[in-house]
Amino acid sequence: MADLSYDFVGIKTPNPFWLASAPPTDKEYNVVRAFEAGWGGVVWKTLGEDPPVVNVSSRYGGINFNGQRMAGLNNIELITDRPLDINLEEITRVKKAWPDRAIIVSLMVPCEEEPWRYILGRVAETGADGVELNFGCPHGMSERGMGAAVGQVPEYVEMVTAWCKKHSDMSVIVKLTPNITDVRLSARAAVRGGADAVSLINTINSIVNIDLDIMAPTPTVDGKGAHGGYCGPAVKPIALNMVAEIARDPECQNIPMSGIGGISDWRDAAEFMALGCGTVQVCTAAMHHGFKIVDDMKTGLSNWMDSKGYKTIDDFRGLASTNVTDWNKLNMNYDVKALIDQDKCIKCGLCHIACEDTSHQAITAERFEGERKYEVIDEECVGCNLCQLICPVDECITMVEVENDKPYMNWNQDPRNPYSNPAE
Amino acid sequence: MVFLGKKPAQAGMIKSGLGKFEMGDIADIAAGRLSAEDLSKNFDDMYPALGASKAIIEASRCYFCYDAPCMEACPTGIDIPNFIRKIQTGNYRGSALDILSENIMGGACSRVCPTEILCEEVCVRMSQEEKPVTIGKLQRFATDWLMETGEQPFERAASTGKTVAVVGAGPAGLSAAHRLSMLGHDVEIFEALAKSGGLNEYGIAAYKLPHGIAQQEVDFILSLGGITVHNGKALGSNVSLAELNAKFDAVFVGTGLGAVRALGFENEGLAGVYNAVEYIAELRQSETKEDIAVGRKVVVIGGGNTAIDVAVQAKRLGAEDVTLVYRRGPEDMSATHHEQEYAQTNGVTIKHYAKPVSIEESGGVISGITFEYTAKDASGKLVGTGETFQQAANMVFKAIGQVFVPEPVTRSATSLEIQDGRIVVDEDRASSVPGVYAGGDCILGGEDLTVTAVQDGKLAAHAIDTYLKTAQA
Repeated sequence: MADLSYDFVGIKTPNPFWLASAPPTDKEYNVVRAFEAGWGGVVWKTLGEDPPVVNVSSRYGGINFNGQRMAGLNNIELITDRPLDINLEEITRVKKAWPDRAIIVSLMVPCEEEPWRYILGRVAETGADGVELNFGCPHGMSERGMGAAVGQVPEYVEMVTAWCKKHSDMSVIVKLTPNITDVRLSARAAVRGGADAVSLINTINSIVNIDLDIMAPTPTVDGKGAHGGYCGPAVKPIALNMVAEIARDPECQNIPMSGIGGISDWRDAAEFMALGCGTVQVCTAAMHHGFKIVDDMKTGLSNWMDSKGYKTIDDFRGLASTNVTDWNKLNMNYDVKALIDQDKCIKCGLCHIACEDTSHQAITAERFEGERKYEVIDEECVGCNLCQLICPVDECITMVEVENDKPYMNWNQDPRNPYSNPAE
Repeated sequence: MVFLGKKPAQAGMIKSGLGKFEMGDIADIAAGRLSAEDLSKNFDDMYPALGASKAIIEASRCYFCYDAPCMEACPTGIDIPNFIRKIQTGNYRGSALDILSENIMGGACSRVCPTEILCEEVCVRMSQEEKPVTIGKLQRFATDWLMETGEQPFERAASTGKTVAVVGAGPAGLSAAHRLSMLGHDVEIFEALAKSGGLNEYGIAAYKLPHGIAQQEVDFILSLGGITVHNGKALGSNVSLAELNAKFDAVFVGTGLGAVRALGFENEGLAGVYNAVEYIAELRQSETKEDIAVGRKVVVIGGGNTAIDVAVQAKRLGAEDVTLVYRRGPEDMSATHHEQEYAQTNGVTIKHYAKPVSIEESGGVISGITFEYTAKDASGKLVGTGETFQQAANMVFKAIGQVFVPEPVTRSATSLEIQDGRIVVDEDRASSVPGVYAGGDCILGGEDLTVTAVQDGKLAAHAIDTYLKTAQA
């Protein structure tokens, strides 16, 4: 059976599934329930300076899709609204009771050295395994010069990271904001500051819905709304891309990563790991279904690893990141065509209308003795995958590689490219 | 109504037309077998309406097919994927309009259509998981929503000054009238019975159209304006086709079927033997069903929807045993498999391959029926086997089909061509006489479905419109 334990920058965890710094990790009661359910670790909800912040009422907004709840979730909650001493007491108690689990403490204090030095010292006394620097929170705290306001300026990221390394022996994980143009700049800054790891992504600036009756964003606080942080399954593709960008950036020097962003099951987790993450952090899925989901995550990942012959997470970690490349390195001679399995086809015609209205007019709609028949015109099919993506029947449409003897040739070598250099 | 065969005369039979039953003197036929509470439960909606959340979940199962098979299977050609998508997005008004613009009786059809042999049978989900999108229930959701608003969403075009007579206020006639009025023509409907609605009001099981839905739909249709209904005016007796043809610019005939088939026995008029059609009509007009008498042992002869409807309703009135006997096999019944199963789960016993040979009597009332077993011979022809059995009964329903009575459309100066006992029409529903159109069950090829009658009325209305604007210009 696969070994799910992991040593993440010195933080030992029985499995790679951590709860992200968020409402589920705000206090002892929740964290103990999470550990009882089997989570490998938690990132304790962000601690700040006393007096604690005050949160508003009406805090979350959700995106439903096709009858399914919470494809995306946004929140306008701030960091912990409980006094620092209470949080620290609870962290100490929980770590003592659950020594095999990972406890990382998320931190956010003003962008000055002294507050960081002070709070790092206090956290070190709890026995916590590490700290995560919250440079990502996009709402409320950023207006006060913290959170994303720091994360969006690489120089600040580097400076604060360096302070933390200077004043603490604990492992320092820098949590990156996606609300930037190029995540590599902040990741490189974290590396320069001496970070042990980065975690990403934090939530994305968002307005999830407009209530058309009251003409205000949701969540609505007394008729008004503010942008919040977006997370949940809908953000996974954005997070995967940012993870991949860091994984293949030489200047990021293979910095260890903890993946965050819409991870709901073992498969999502494995995808982040395949791009290089050693652990993953979960929030929305737990807030949607409760802590029990970790059971599927652990057994699912373990069963899949067994089926592939992977004994440890490092056996497959990062394997996909080498296959993430730039567009101009893709093989222009690779050719696939859609193939419709007529026995599986249920005659919904979606492949035809999608191709006809919006793509390449490569799927016919005919009737033979009254029977509907949809067929691919190979000469017109460019292999875009659209029909395969929308077909409601699994494996009814497959993209079949067309055998040719042409060698690998990328766009830079392609004679159709006016700026090509075939010799390259 | 006209009776074929011997007209029943005994006490306990229906008197002329739709008079009250008088059955007190027949043994074991009695009203009030069940409590008022049970009766009200038994004749309530057969299926609960979908709530908004269920409707949205169900609507999300629709793939929004291109060239959707359901749409093709709908006799009125409703754009089903489009109305379902609009339920999913909360555009209920748009959804209802998609339905009603093709089928003004979309509310009744959502309840009475045999969707299992129409739209839902061909739903692509059937190929995938043998579980169609429940199109009928979704259609009901959308049309109910609009009905509750009390809105008449359609408008009349500018008046053309033309007048059209419509004979029969059933689904075909009402559909034609509504569309003709929309197109700017003034319509007068001549209806033989006291209420409009046709079979929706008189002919369909009470639990399929409960709570006055049929009349609500009639009111909805008439609220468009431009339509006057003359109830109690029967074609052939109160008004002739020739008169209408002379007085109006065009005529639409949607009379339905006027007579029921007889068994052909000497003692068919015996107390205890009833026509299912009339019994259902009587039952439909009863508010509480407490005044509707039913036998303890009931036998229904026939294999169509009327047979099923009367059998299930007899059971729900409190009959102890209800046996439906059909001369052929289950696949030959015009009632769908779904309807047969519904009857069986309601406690009706269905016997196949037996035909009635004589009605047994005792003391002047029916005591049972003797059936002969039947079988199909090598050529597929139905033959008696010679063996018989007796089925005890104190109430027997004849439900072996209805027939069109052509005299009213053939005996006046305006005489329509008849073939196989029905009115001959072309694809525009035009009869052999210019300016006279027909639709519903009375035409050749009529399918005994509300939804096809509605389509006939709609098609005829457009053809009449073209006729009035061109031929008579």
